[in-house]
Amino acid sequence: MSSLSRDDVAKLAGLARIEMSEEELVNLSQEFTVILDAVARVQEVAGADVEPTSHPLPLRNVFRVDVVVPSLTPEEALSGAPAQEEQRFRVPQILGEE
Amino acid sequence: MIRNSAAEMAAKLVAGETTSVALTQAHLDRIAAVDTDVHAFLYVDTEGALAQAAAVDVKRAKGEKLSPLAGVPLALKDVMAQKGVPTTCGSKILEGWRPPYDSTVVANLKKNDIVILGKTNMDEFAMGSSTENSAYGPTHNPWDLTRIPGGSGGGSSAALAAFEAPLAIGTDTGGSIRQPAAVTGTVGVKPTYGGVSRFGLVAFSSSLDQAGPCARTVLDTALLHEAIAGHDPKDATSINAPVPQVVAAAKSGDVKGMKIGVVKELNGDGYQPGVRARFEESLELLAEAGAEIVEVSAPNFEYALAAYYLIAPSECSSNLARFDAMRYGLRVGDIDGASAESVMNLTREVGFGKEVKRRIILGTYALSSGYYDAYYGSAQKVRTLITQDFTKAFEKADVLVSPTCPTTAFKIGEKANDPLAMYLNDIATIPVNMAGIGGMSLPSGLADEDGLPVGFQIMSPVMKDEGMYSVGAALEAALLTKWGAPLLDKAPIMGGAR
Repeated sequence: MSSLSRDDVAKLAGLARIEMSEEELVNLSQEFTVILDAVARVQEVAGADVEPTSHPLPLRNVFRVDVVVPSLTPEEALSGAPAQEEQRFRVPQILGEE
Repeated sequence: MIRNSAAEMAAKLVAGETTSVALTQAHLDRIAAVDTDVHAFLYVDTEGALAQAAAVDVKRAKGEKLSPLAGVPLALKDVMAQKGVPTTCGSKILEGWRPPYDSTVVANLKKNDIVILGKTNMDEFAMGSSTENSAYGPTHNPWDLTRIPGGSGGGSSAALAAFEAPLAIGTDTGGSIRQPAAVTGTVGVKPTYGGVSRFGLVAFSSSLDQAGPCARTVLDTALLHEAIAGHDPKDATSINAPVPQVVAAAKSGDVKGMKIGVVKELNGDGYQPGVRARFEESLELLAEAGAEIVEVSAPNFEYALAAYYLIAPSECSSNLARFDAMRYGLRVGDIDGASAESVMNLTREVGFGKEVKRRIILGTYALSSGYYDAYYGSAQKVRTLITQDFTKAFEKADVLVSPTCPTTAFKIGEKANDPLAMYLNDIATIPVNMAGIGGMSLPSGLADEDGLPVGFQIMSPVMKDEGMYSVGAALEAALLTKWGAPLLDKAPIMGGAR
């Protein structure tokens, strides 16, 4: 039987950049016991000789001619920004304090 | 007028019996009258729709050559970007976002002068089968307001069934066009993957997502299909080939000599008696119309649901990483000295709903080192086996058929706390997405036990979408003769619709 502990869920939530309450962590770990049992069925059927399919179309690289075409103006690109400054996205601090 | 098909509305526009402004206003009035109860729309673009309608009327008055659906109104699922119009995907994280560009589907609608009434409700980021996962509250099924309209495209299906729009756009990742169509007595088509551009469709699971047409008749879906389909250089997975001739197929409805394969595994246990009865009846009608009914087997379909709930969450965990509070959408916790990481964590906690978080965490797990091969890798192999099952089945039949979903519409709240029970809704629709083929749902009648609509699913091979339209049109015509009137005439009259 597969399962995920509360701490496992907390680690995954950290990787997925989602803050979670204690209640959410506990609920999710309980739900995952059931969900993982259901999805683990995929391991029953396919042998080593079966090729994986990641995509329904047999496409390789799709190329286009490298020419400049009109795109968004800076104003349009910034139109949904939560904060902006001097025609740029203003974001919270990314690097730690020196 | 609002109870006509889109094709009939278009004919009246051509004949000068009405104008697009009048037609659009009639639908806006209908929305104002019933949408408080139905809640199909998240945003009604009154001004934009009327302006677009007025522009079509001017073009028509000048004698310009117009496309077949010019001037007919449409409801747009809120997952498609439309320039300047709020696009939320049913999520708080995109509340207030107005895209600075049009999705290709929207650009094609505008090119065809189809009038966009507004944006329809959906499960958050298209994850769900009931529209209960919308951050803006559920949509109600016009057949019974205490029941779900299907999902994720429940706003689009409810708008059609409530006569708020004759046409709608949906997107289908595991059944989000077909299952809502089935439970509301409307028609929905998921075209071949790559048949309609995904540019500007906010991605949930990129290898499965496909936009498609929804309407109340097979011919209307075909007309809308041809308006939105075609190669698009902005979508690298768009198929560079001519659009299948679906309008001609829907007009002919000829199934003489066609082989129709009944998928043995998509029937029987777990399917409601009324669903099975309507399915059998439809098969008899198709046989009477000259089709040959054969049985086919797809032994790996029983693993499709499990594979889907690994592949879709895996892709979603990656796709939804873009909602990082930096460039658009919600930003929470941006106080002096807060780090970007803590802002992301807090924003995603507040901005995403329960099901979206559940799937992001499941996908993060399935893709994580040490579990990748056992989960995501195995699921991809199952995908290969499902595709092989379809290939073999299509050697024996031109199209395949099944009930669209195991049950009729359930009550709002009934399955909200049981994710696995909810996922079972999609058991018959998911294989189609896994293989990238075409699928249609059309109404096959009402279940005797509850009087609610039942859907009939038709599946076509890659880029042979015309097959499902021929069969759909044939069945629709036979059922109409049997019933004497469209199925939606039996739906409760809401808000005094004529």
